[in-house]
Amino acid sequence: MKVGVVTFPGSLDDVDARRAVVLAGGEAVTVWHGDNGLDGIDAVVLPGGFSYGDYLRCGAIARFAPVMTHVLDAARAGMPVLGICNGFQILCESHLLPGALIRNQRRRFICRDQRLRIDNTTTSWTSDYTAGAEVTLVLKNGEGGYVADASTLDSLEAEGRVVARYLDGNPNGSVRDIAGITNERGNVVGLMPHPEHSVDPLCGAGRDGLAFFTSVLRTLVIA
Amino acid sequence: MARVVVDVMLKPEILDPQGKAVHGALPRLGFEGVIDVRQGKRFELELDGEVTEERLAEVRRAAETLLSNPVIEDYTVRVEQQ
Repeated sequence: MKVGVVTFPGSLDDVDARRAVVLAGGEAVTVWHGDNGLDGIDAVVLPGGFSYGDYLRCGAIARFAPVMTHVLDAARAGMPVLGICNGFQILCESHLLPGALIRNQRRRFICRDQRLRIDNTTTSWTSDYTAGAEVTLVLKNGEGGYVADASTLDSLEAEGRVVARYLDGNPNGSVRDIAGITNERGNVVGLMPHPEHSVDPLCGAGRDGLAFFTSVLRTLVIA
Repeated sequence: MARVVVDVMLKPEILDPQGKAVHGALPRLGFEGVIDVRQGKRFELELDGEVTEERLAEVRRAAETLLSNPVIEDYTVRVEQQ
């Protein structure tokens, strides 16, 4: 199964994301922001970083990169898409996911190992977790405060579309401790913490993040 | 040539940490009596030729799709007389 990882100008975590795909047993494919298609790719990761220097708003310019037209079409057709950190911001700017991410409440860039609870284990990217699993992932962001209007939040909650919540203190002011959400279909997931950094105890907090990547590989095999 | 100005501000209900930081710095510098600060963005678009209703509609479309994120921001468009 081929998982494409998009590199935008300013992406930082594309290499780690590809490594995580390989550690999970998949084939990682490099996708360039200027590519005109997603030939042969089964799933897409939009990695963390500072695409286009975070100019204008985080993710606002990456949303209009040539490859994003194809990512949006594929996502609407059901292809699994995971946006991590800057990738989550791109998914919100693209309106594939509702809401937006704003500057952290306390104005500091946060870099720490963060406890989370996985609340939805039916998405393409979380099916290998057990419901309510408490995990530790790397969190590093300056604009990770999730916001949405009350009716959007209520429908996210009612439909079980909150994928992960912060535990042991809300790091960035995200409403209702939301760390990640999914679309109606469960194939598109946006997540502020970084599962791709938590796949190898040698260079990160444990390997709690690996299941994001094994989940999508299993989802693709079943599909 | 004409200049069209697009002002983008966070919606009132959205927390503005940058504005809060500026607000906190003002009294430290001796500027008193400021109750609140909100920080926004100003875009100056230089248009070739005359400003027509049609072109203003295009600018509004640009403001809505790229210059602002309607989920968290409001914008205003005005023509600046030169």
